[in-house]
Amino acid sequence: MSLISTRGLSKNYAGLQAVSNVDFNLPEGQVRALIGPNGAGKTTFVGMLSGRIKSSSGSVIFSEKDITKLPAHKRMTMGMAYTFQITSVFSKLSVHENVALAARRVIRDKPSVVNAKVTSVLEKVYLADRYDQIAGDLSYGHQRLLEIGMGLAQSPKLFILDEPTQGLSATEVEGFIELIRVLSENTTILLIEHNMDVVMKAAHYITVLNFGEILAEGTPDEIRANQSVQTAYLGSH
Amino acid sequence: MSQLTESAAGFQKPLLSQGSRSILLHVGIVILLFLLYFALPVYHSGNLARILVLAVFAMGYNVLFGYTGLLSLGHALFFASGMYGFGLAIQFIDVVPIVAIIIGLLSAVVVSVVVGILALRTTGVAFMIVTLMFAQAGYLTVLLFGEYTRGDEGFNIHRSDRVLFGFDLSQATNRYFCALILFAICFFLTAWLVHSRFGKTLVAIRENEERARMLGYDIQRHKLIAVIISGALSGAAGVAYALLFGYAGASFAAVQYSILPLLYVLLGGAGTTIGPLIGTVFMFYLIDLSSDLASAYLSSEFASAYMLIAGIVLILLTLFAPQGFAGLLRSKCKWLP
Repeated sequence: MSLISTRGLSKNYAGLQAVSNVDFNLPEGQVRALIGPNGAGKTTFVGMLSGRIKSSSGSVIFSEKDITKLPAHKRMTMGMAYTFQITSVFSKLSVHENVALAARRVIRDKPSVVNAKVTSVLEKVYLADRYDQIAGDLSYGHQRLLEIGMGLAQSPKLFILDEPTQGLSATEVEGFIELIRVLSENTTILLIEHNMDVVMKAAHYITVLNFGEILAEGTPDEIRANQSVQTAYLGSH
Repeated sequence: MSQLTESAAGFQKPLLSQGSRSILLHVGIVILLFLLYFALPVYHSGNLARILVLAVFAMGYNVLFGYTGLLSLGHALFFASGMYGFGLAIQFIDVVPIVAIIIGLLSAVVVSVVVGILALRTTGVAFMIVTLMFAQAGYLTVLLFGEYTRGDEGFNIHRSDRVLFGFDLSQATNRYFCALILFAICFFLTAWLVHSRFGKTLVAIRENEERARMLGYDIQRHKLIAVIISGALSGAAGVAYALLFGYAGASFAAVQYSILPLLYVLLGGAGTTIGPLIGTVFMFYLIDLSSDLASAYLSSEFASAYMLIAGIVLILLTLFAPQGFAGLLRSKCKWLP
């Protein structure tokens, strides 16, 4: 069963077809990587899934409901979480408060319950010992982890990550792959990723976008062997 | 005192939790204000009653500006809605004061709902301009209906209409304690608000609106409620001003009264619960002292030079203490609310 799917989803930017007519299905429980050359429309596409960007035509179905016309915040309350391509945390607030803000929207309970959730999330993203630091003082890699933690705290059904490993060191990337493996036990994950190592190790299934259209879909091995994908990435000449 | 506890707490567990320290601070300030009435000379306790009412106005402003990050240039409208809602009701429909107070508060709430819904369609500079325009429209409306409002000249509220639960509020002691009760209610209310789930979400919106939206918070709804709370507190200050000082005039609807709460909050420390009070005290006495200075040392034609003195002090403060007084304090003791 698809957790999220699109039918004929398109986005026009003043005549430029950024995403055209995409039919996409993401089954529950899968880790899906969305790859493609720069400008392929990946961020626009997930923007339309999360509601940050209005689609020009087509529809988005999430948990069997048509959410095409819903604003972003309503989609999040239905069980989505989203991390930004450019790290976006509450940089003047503490690490703890950042995650608590995410948790409080979901957990309408006493502060102690929220705090327990925050503590468990911070342990998962290796930030437990930094809970009272100001988020803006964290290193770039830790800020990315914090943002993933904020997503986790919402216990999402679908977790969309836009280039989560960008700017991370090699060891941090290893840690991230491990984190995805743990998360995928409870959550469906859609990640935009440029790092092929991450894609091949973490994803169950891959969708390749090119010029706003789906070029290929398949398992990591199938995609690796796909001739048209290689052409798109390496050029045709 | 707070610094002592802070440094003493440096090596061991703090003696008091953050929450109880904050409660202690707020209760302590109210007790201090209570005692000050008996310690201060009459002139200053009279000033302080006025300051407390204006501080309520500033606290209302702070909810929107300090905590939500929305800079309004039209809060005179909310203040004046309360003031005229109360004043006109008592003048023309001959109700008892408590009913007029409720009418005053309701008019401020209604006006803030309308202004909120319309102005929140814009952000940033446009929001400032739209709120300013609404306030100017309100000011001109007061002048337009000069037959009832007496325009710039204003009108006095009769002494017999300023009796609440048997207390004659034109009498200095009653007036002071009425102002203090209102102040204390609003002070505790904002302190509670900013610690609540709602208040923390407002801070999140101030810090990073897009991130807050993508955490699933309804930004527009939160902002609208913030405008209404802010408008209601400002309106309460307007009602209290008319009730306690027995006067309503168009100058309270003018742009100056939109700028003043901004200055109070900036000077005292935006986004702190005690900032508005500190800022109001400081600004009030700054104008008071500099007008004394100007009239003592300059000939009468330069008497308005007090605004120059006040202006220079303000510039110095924004240069050297951009976070305001409470902001400076908070950088020393982080637990300040």
